Amino acid sequence: MKRTIPLLITAVGGFVLIAAYFIPFTQGWGESVAVWFDVLASIAFILGGGNLLKIHLKKVSDRVPGWGYSLIVLGSFLLTLGIGLLKVGVAPSEQYPAFRWSGYYSEIGAPFWFFYEYAFQPLTATMFAMLAFYIASAAFRAFRAKNLEAVLLLGTAFIILLGRTFAGVALTSWIPEGSVFAGLRVENLTVYIMSVFNTIGNRAIMIGIALGIVSVSLKILLGVDRSYMGKE
Amino acid sequence: MTAFLIGQWWLVMIVVISLVPLFRKISREGLFDALVSLDRRWIFLVMLWAVLVPIYYIGVTGDTFPEVPSALAQATFDEIEALEPGDRILLAFDYDPASEGELGPMATAFVRHAAEKHLKMYFIALWPVGLQMIDETVSRVIESDFPELVYGEDYVSLGFKSGGEAVIKVIVTNIRELYTTDSRGTSIGEIPMMEGIENIQQMDLLVNISAGYPGTKEWVQYAVTPYPDRIRLIAGATGVQAPLLYPYIPNQLPGLLGAIKGAAEYEKLVTDAYGGENPDPKYLEGLRRMGPQLVAHLLIIVLILIANVLFFTSRKREASG
Repeated sequence: MKRTIPLLITAVGGFVLIAAYFIPFTQGWGESVAVWFDVLASIAFILGGGNLLKIHLKKVSDRVPGWGYSLIVLGSFLLTLGIGLLKVGVAPSEQYPAFRWSGYYSEIGAPFWFFYEYAFQPLTATMFAMLAFYIASAAFRAFRAKNLEAVLLLGTAFIILLGRTFAGVALTSWIPEGSVFAGLRVENLTVYIMSVFNTIGNRAIMIGIALGIVSVSLKILLGVDRSYMGKE
Repeated sequence: MTAFLIGQWWLVMIVVISLVPLFRKISREGLFDALVSLDRRWIFLVMLWAVLVPIYYIGVTGDTFPEVPSALAQATFDEIEALEPGDRILLAFDYDPASEGELGPMATAFVRHAAEKHLKMYFIALWPVGLQMIDETVSRVIESDFPELVYGEDYVSLGFKSGGEAVIKVIVTNIRELYTTDSRGTSIGEIPMMEGIENIQQMDLLVNISAGYPGTKEWVQYAVTPYPDRIRLIAGATGVQAPLLYPYIPNQLPGLLGAIKGAAEYEKLVTDAYGGENPDPKYLEGLRRMGPQLVAHLLIIVLILIANVLFFTSRKREASG
């Protein structure tokens, strides 16, 4: 029963969605299944929060190395959740001034907004910005023209890197735009590489992936592949 | 440039002084040996200056590099430009602060273009913090420069819904099934511009700003592909994602802005059309960010070239014993 019901839900949901795409009459059924999925996705946030609490509370109670970080995660999580759910410091909306919780949880100046603006935003932006340093380091240590494929890859990378800046335009601006050699201007080469070689390669990969997805999806819907439900 | 370097001599001094230990290492060990054993923190430092100095230079001088809009940026601009005042445009902000550097300028330009055209803007987000991205852009563009636009009549934020592509799948046929209120909790029935809106097929154009999953690919697959005659989509995407979207051009995706370069090109088109004599710097962010990108890209190319010279020289030395 524990495995049969999930299998049935998967099969019914999947086949209804397939039918809804091809048969207009069943479009409403597809809509219902998609709404169920959205409801489940919302519940997944609660599960995710519970899981986060469980993992980090265990780390703190076991005093594993780095448990202090877990404490910070728990504190930040609970504080943000609390001030967001309780709408701490949020003024009631103009429309319903008598209701204390009618205001906008992310109102400018409210604690939730403050946390987002001065903690979450700079931290996530910083994490992403650090990629520039690692890419530079990797460029120096890893990209070697060891064989023909690597030479082609590096050559293409140089053209794209230059073509995405004014340097590319400046470098080949001496080639007249209307001449037969205009295609050799770096900015035009970039467009050509992206719209021809890149598109061809990506389309081939996409077709391959799509065929793979069809095969795997059918296995899942028919109950042949049950790995998504975990071990017995 | 010379005037800047003379005027900001202290910055030049800081950069040079910070690199003195590196120069000393090179003079002590020789160029080849010093570079072979180079600590990666030196690369980090050089990258820091490669990004920081151009940001400062552009901030002080206001200079930007000239941009020639590509065919894709022009197509993106034309899609919005072809709309009539009062037409409906759905703006899906599917990104977070990590990608704001790349996508923020194009979000600003899209909203400004739509506001200048007097389009009715419907904002949604499939990313949890997409709502904050919407709020920031609305505050930066609409509330500060278009105060005549009324919330609920000219623009509305429907907020974030979880479910990724399933949300698209539902709202493409029935938006009211999922969106019963806007992001501030006001009932859809009380929002004038939602009157008569049953699904997103009624939008005249969809604009997606995407940093990954769910994003432009899902909008193409679940909105445009089933309804190719009713839904038109243009997008702005990160540099990593843009190459993956080229296969959808031009039939499923007539316009695409790729990364900060695409944003700068689009900004130029919008500024040329609506900017006036002295455009606000916030509408030139894409153009301004092209400066650090130029120097950083050149640095990466130089690093790759140096590394390969070192690699082949080492191999030659090993071969000759």
